Amino acid sequence: MKNTLSQLTRSHLFWPCVTLVLLCLANVYFNPGFFDIEVKDGHLYGSVIDILNRAAPLMLIAMGMTLVIATRGIDISVGATVAIAGAVVAALIGGSLVIKDGVQTYVSNVPMPLAIVAALAVALLCGLWNGLLVAGAGMQPIVATLILMVAGRGVAQLITEGQIVTVYYEPFFFIGNGFIFGIPVSLYIVAVVLAVLLLLTKRTALGLFIESVGINPVASRFSGISARALVFWVYAFCAVTAGIAALIITSNVKSADANNAGLLLELDAILAVALGGTSLAGGRFYLIGTLIGALIIQTLTYAIYSLGVPPEINMVVKAIVVFGVCLIQSPALRDLLMKHAFRTGGTA
Amino acid sequence: MKPTPVLVMQDICKSFPGVKALTDARLRLFPGEVHALMGQNGAGKSTLIKVLTGVESPDSGQILLKDQPIRPESVDDAQKLGISTVFQEVNLCPNLSVAENIFIGRFPMRGLAIDWKAIERDARKALLALNIDIDVTRTLSEFPVAIQQMVAIARALSTEAQVLILDEPTSSLDEDEVERLFDALRELKRKGIAILFVTHFLDQTYAISDRITVLRNGEFIGEYPAAELGRLELINTMVGRDIDEAGQAAKSASSADRPTDRPFISVQGLGAAGRMHPIDLDIYQGQVLGLGGLLGSGRTETARMLFGIDRAESGTIAIDGAPVRLNSPRKAVRQGIAFCPEDRKTEGIVADLSIRENIILALQARRGIFRYLPKRVQTAMADEYIKQLGIRTPDAEKPIGQLSGGNQQKALLARWLATEPKMLILDEPTRGIDIAAKLEIMDLVKTQCRKGLAILFISSEMSEVLRVSDRIAVLRDRQKVGEIDGKAADEQSVFRMIAGAEA
Repeated sequence: MKNTLSQLTRSHLFWPCVTLVLLCLANVYFNPGFFDIEVKDGHLYGSVIDILNRAAPLMLIAMGMTLVIATRGIDISVGATVAIAGAVVAALIGGSLVIKDGVQTYVSNVPMPLAIVAALAVALLCGLWNGLLVAGAGMQPIVATLILMVAGRGVAQLITEGQIVTVYYEPFFFIGNGFIFGIPVSLYIVAVVLAVLLLLTKRTALGLFIESVGINPVASRFSGISARALVFWVYAFCAVTAGIAALIITSNVKSADANNAGLLLELDAILAVALGGTSLAGGRFYLIGTLIGALIIQTLTYAIYSLGVPPEINMVVKAIVVFGVCLIQSPALRDLLMKHAFRTGGTA
Repeated sequence: MKPTPVLVMQDICKSFPGVKALTDARLRLFPGEVHALMGQNGAGKSTLIKVLTGVESPDSGQILLKDQPIRPESVDDAQKLGISTVFQEVNLCPNLSVAENIFIGRFPMRGLAIDWKAIERDARKALLALNIDIDVTRTLSEFPVAIQQMVAIARALSTEAQVLILDEPTSSLDEDEVERLFDALRELKRKGIAILFVTHFLDQTYAISDRITVLRNGEFIGEYPAAELGRLELINTMVGRDIDEAGQAAKSASSADRPTDRPFISVQGLGAAGRMHPIDLDIYQGQVLGLGGLLGSGRTETARMLFGIDRAESGTIAIDGAPVRLNSPRKAVRQGIAFCPEDRKTEGIVADLSIRENIILALQARRGIFRYLPKRVQTAMADEYIKQLGIRTPDAEKPIGQLSGGNQQKALLARWLATEPKMLILDEPTRGIDIAAKLEIMDLVKTQCRKGLAILFISSEMSEVLRVSDRIAVLRDRQKVGEIDGKAADEQSVFRMIAGAEA
């Protein structure tokens, strides 16, 4: 019994799960209907579904970020990449409602599949740029991606010509607002990306190589791993996840705002990775942990809104809770508390 | 009158999950003596020192410093009590000046400002006491490792230590530097400081030690006056079984010479400005080519060029007669070359990965990302090598960083043997590991050589080079000065060649 318990607490998923459960309980306390799910028009509705749906972009980006961080890197340009890819897809689709011979049809500027591919390609380009700076030029990841973080929103502004571009082409809204079998489309996207990643990292040597490079790049190179190529493509992949997230976000709000789309998303993504148990120093990484981390963040945001915390101070509340969560997950503090509990228990 | 010990450790026990590291270990240190702590890898030397310096706390037992029980909680704590340590890996700050390194954390103040003049003056004095005369305002990384080691010792001594612990201080020093270190130690002895000296070098143990404590499997085996314990006896006590002394088996174990007609790899005029003068080498399959030479003579530089780590600026390399360009480790691996680097920790092992993952890493790298070895095959392979090379571990899933140095080295050998290489470059494969493991590694080298591998063997210990090599290329000042038959050579002939008296 004790053995299984200690095994459980040692699992890397234990503390993220505990945190998520605690946050959900807090939500239930303030809002007894938190776990209620109802079927409306054949769609599932409810707080939990809402949280999952809204967390989708963060989950996607955090998965890409997990791999980057596992290689000892960091990518703080994902928010800017979201803005760029969002601007591209919105500008290319645009769209309008045309009545032709008494039939309503939606017309897009360019065919939607082409626009989506173009947005993802531009995101990939952003990633290749980052990868080139980090793996090719050997720049420090935080500095290298800072360049795109700063420049990216300017690029997005150029694409949108300084305006908020509104999308009127209805089929595009399906990505961010649609349902398949009652479940939001965005969750299918997350599931597909997760499945692909799990397959790649568990069923191929990719996971081993990423961890190896993250733990000891020199030894990995000396073992014949092409560490630079690996790091290069990891940044490229991370940017593509940001591109996919941009599609969901743009579709969801039906517009692209170069200034605010994906703002501070990079920080949430890094936080999700850290909450999920992956060390920011690189090495061992946990994709499922990252997803739970992203859910923790979104559940927290939800709780803050539903509590009616004034918007001016909700960042402060968020910071305090995040601080608490990080404390819970700090092994040093846990050991200290255990020792203390043991001591007082011993004398009693 | 019998002098009283300054430090006594009694019945120290320490367990780690799954391992009993120390069982009733004991140690006595007298003022003004050099005391050698000997034992194989995994015998508990490091753990005992960690307990003494507060890095680990013992499960039971006590430590007495001048008859007062102490329980250091950290290295800092131990230092305040008068127990200073120089650890195996120099842990100084390479980008600070020498003087700053010596006084870091306890800068003398003058009012609110740091008294830089005093720091420089005292740092110079501390180093002069060790016969080192250098500019203490220069950055530490500008100096060779040997000097850095001396700086670490000066730092340890500048805290009014009563007990000085040196954990393998000589593994990166050449002979002159060792002698300088020993002079410094003798000086400290005169001052009444008790010195605990951990080393794997027998010569050095006898050159400097007054008494020897031997540990085996975490247990105290005995404490002996150095003068009364013969070398063979010492090794037997450490290993717990009878083995010939290192040198004796040397020549008999030498492999049959059957050089193939054509060398596996033929190097002509390989060099790079500032690193290595052009060098010619032929390495045959089924033969061990030893690189003889002192520290800094260009042995590692040669190895790194052959493995494609550092690019050669001139010269050609031919493998099986066909010219090749080796400009990355990956290319070298594809050509069947394997390389165990000198610095096992930073260039060899991937510490947090399991032994299994470390063993299959190079093979997997060569197979590429998509031809992933099934876990079942990985485990079978790892288990096979653990058995074949005698890697001591409970199972293959343990992180390799938790193994002792010798076992890490064996796992690295396994990593390369799994790729079925044609040539193996071993740069200091026996550094920092105990004598039994050294012998095992050298036997493994011979076995692999007999199986047809071409081997380039580098070691600072000439006796090892002589023991395993069929031929020895002698290097001096980054250039090759000659080549001799391994069987005909002895230390004298190699040293004469290094000294430049070929005639």
